[in-house]
Parts: sequence; structure tokens; C-alpha cells
Amino acid sequence: MTLRIRVIPCLDVKNGRVVKGVNFVDLKDAGDPVEQAQAYDAAGADELCFLDITASHEARGTILDVVKRTAEVCFMPLTVGGGVSSVRHARALLLAGADKVAINSAAVARPELVGEIAQKFGSQCVVASIDARGNGQGGWEIFTHGGRKPTGIDAVGHAMRLAELGAGELLVTSMDRDGTRDGYDLDLIRTIAGKVSVPVVASGGVGNLQHLVDGVKDGHASAVLAASIFHFGEHSISDAHKALRDAGLPARR
Amino acid sequence: MTDNIALIDYGAGNLHSVHNALKAAGASSVSITSHPDAVVGADRIVLPGVGAFGACRDALMAIDGMVDALEQRVRHEGVPFLGICVGMQLLADTGVEHGTHRGLGWIGGTVKAIEAVSPDIKIPHMGWNDVQVCDNASLLENGEAYYLHGYHFDVVDADDIAATTHHGETLVAAVARGNILGVQFHPEKSQRYGIELLSRFLEWSP
Repeated sequence: MTLRIRVIPCLDVKNGRVVKGVNFVDLKDAGDPVEQAQAYDAAGADELCFLDITASHEARGTILDVVKRTAEVCFMPLTVGGGVSSVRHARALLLAGADKVAINSAAVARPELVGEIAQKFGSQCVVASIDARGNGQGGWEIFTHGGRKPTGIDAVGHAMRLAELGAGELLVTSMDRDGTRDGYDLDLIRTIAGKVSVPVVASGGVGNLQHLVDGVKDGHASAVLAASIFHFGEHSISDAHKALRDAGLPARR
Repeated sequence: MTDNIALIDYGAGNLHSVHNALKAAGASSVSITSHPDAVVGADRIVLPGVGAFGACRDALMAIDGMVDALEQRVRHEGVPFLGICVGMQLLADTGVEHGTHRGLGWIGGTVKAIEAVSPDIKIPHMGWNDVQVCDNASLLENGEAYYLHGYHFDVVDADDIAATTHHGETLVAAVARGNILGVQFHPEKSQRYGIELLSRFLEWSP
């Protein structure tokens, strides 16, 4: 066969607990992150993502303990993002057991940080995380702070720059779609995927399994990230793999 | 399994993941070490590696006596050896990642960039892909494992290739010769397939 499409459940973590926001406002508690990570490991998730959603503006540190405990019991790749602001911070997460760190707001403020982390630890462990909203004129603008803060920066240009600086992967989230269950912003995902040579992970808006298929077939993503459809037991990881296979895409069995 | 496993710490990444996975595979005595003496006294040796070839090689060479200890224990005394990702690539003669660097030269070949032969072939090769065993399968079985690399080991002698995978072109997934096994994928990140491989490594008497 060939390289499989990755199905990545994402756990939003706040103060060491898993939450999932609807448009990042109406949070529901969905349990202990280490237990959930183990469940996803056993279910055959291709990777796992922890997003420390409060890290930009509240106390940090709990995530390191969560990552360390997760790495002891899970044998799948783990990406950790949320408030990663320095080489030192990235190093702490990698040493705790993260395989990749996702850089978001800090790479908006200073894109060179992506290159610095890549140089130190390798491109393979740097995920450039991009939160974008449509600008109403067919383009997209970068937003930070959980989608609340506009920056005036063109999302596609920013994505290309971060890939050139050494990001090994791009995690592209539509803040218009996040929490809506209306599906990925396929135009956004496809536009960026067509302009970079690194893998693109589609994120934001998944409400059903067909959306995952669309993210690959129409969005040209290499991996599909989703949260609530998995967390609340609507669909399993193997349902997702099967939906991809049924659509003629390579996925694990 | 009470063998002493030396997991070599040369500042190159995923040590704890490999340590955790070895424990899950049944190892009871794993020492994370940067001392050549510990390598000389080990029953099995694991060389992990994450990052760039040259940086990893420089870090390994920087430990006084480490390469000599590995040569003695692995090549002359035949202790089971497992190299993972860049730890496997270091077995090559040379690596051409950010300049040309000499490797350990245990398995003939060169580590070079994976070519993006078409726009849909994304680099790095990141994710789950096949492990397709060759005649010289060593400990490997057919299956799916997790890969994360932008460079690949172009092996000179096909007899040294234990398994292949495919990403735009056929890539070496594992090399093997006698008591030496190197895997491009990450067994510590490959769930059951990876833990089972590590279990076989712990039982291996080549």
C-alpha cells in the first residue's frame, strides 16, 4: 500500500482536565486526559494531540505532568500545543514525552522561533499550528488566542513561511468552523496543502465521518484531526479508518 | 527478562519513549547511559536517535570511548543491537544531511534526502506505513509501523535490507546483519506491532 491517512483525536486540556469547546466558549468536561489517551491508544488512533487551551493566558505546568504520565502508558505519537513560546518550553515538552510540539501564537509574534526549534530538535518535531478565519474576500486571516484576536496576517503566506522556516507539518484550523460540526473549511485546507511540501493536518469543524473523507479528498490533507465526534462516543477510530478505506483512501486496519 | 539493556543517551531525543516501550515489552533492567563502561557490560544495546544525522553523529562521537565500546561489544562480541530511526541511519558509511558526515560504517550505504517525486508525496515521510519484510527478515514481521523521517538509508548490499516500505519510491524500512538490527520506523510509537518487535528483540539470540 502506501502511507496511511492519519486519524488524530485532539484532546483540549485545561488545568489537567479534558474539555472541548463549542467555538471555544461553552466548555464541557470530558474526563481525564491520561485515561482518554490510553483509550485512544488501545483503539488504534494514529496519533494523539493535546492542546493546552488555557496556556496562553493562565498558569502552565500541569500539562507537563499530563504528558509525562501519558508517555508512560501510550505507544503512539503525541503532539502537544498551546502556549509554546520558546525553545526552552519546547524542550521541556519533548523531554516530558511529547514527540512533536505545536507552535501557534508565538510563531505569529516571531516566526523564526519555528526555525530555532527545528534547528535544535529537528523539523520532524515541529508542528506549525495555524488558526485562520475567512476575510470575506476569498482569503484567510491569522487569528490568535483561541480565535479571539485578529492579526491582519494572511494565513496562506504565513503557512508557507513557517514551512520554509523548518516546520515539519502544518496543523490548519478554521476558526469559522471550529465547534460548528459543519465540516472542515476545505478551500482553506486545500489552498495551503497545495503550496507546501510538508504534510497538512486538517482541523476544525468535523461533525461526521464524511467530513474526514472530504478533508483528504477535497482538502488534500495528509491527516485529519477531530475531537467531539470521538470523545462522546458517536464514532470510533476504527469507524473513521473504515470510512476512509471505503472511500478508497489508505487507512490502517 | 533480566538481561542488562543499555539504552544509549547521547542527547538525541526520544529516550524515555523507548525506555517506556522496552519496559512494556518486558525488560526489567534498562539503564539509560552515556558511559562506555555500561555498554561494555550490557547484554543488549539500543541506540535511539531523533533529529539530524550530523548532529546525532557528532553527539555520539563526543562521548569519549563510546564508539570504541560499541565496536567492541556489538561487532566483535556479537551482542544483540537495535538502532532506531537516526540510530539506524548512523550505521551507514555516510550521511548527506546538512553537509556530508561519516557514519559508523557498519552497513554499507548512504543516508540521503527522500525525493518528493510528486506534489502529493509530502516530506517528511510521516505516519503509518508498511513494513514489508525481505528474505533477510531478521526479527521483523510484515505489518504497519510509524515512520517520521525526511532522510532514508540507501543501502549498498541488498542482502543487508531486512524490510522495505513505499513513499514515492521504495525506502529501506530496516537493515540487518547478524546481531545488528536497525529500523527506520519507531517501534516505541507503533503500538502493538512495535512492542511485539521489542519483545522479540529482548528474547533474541542471534
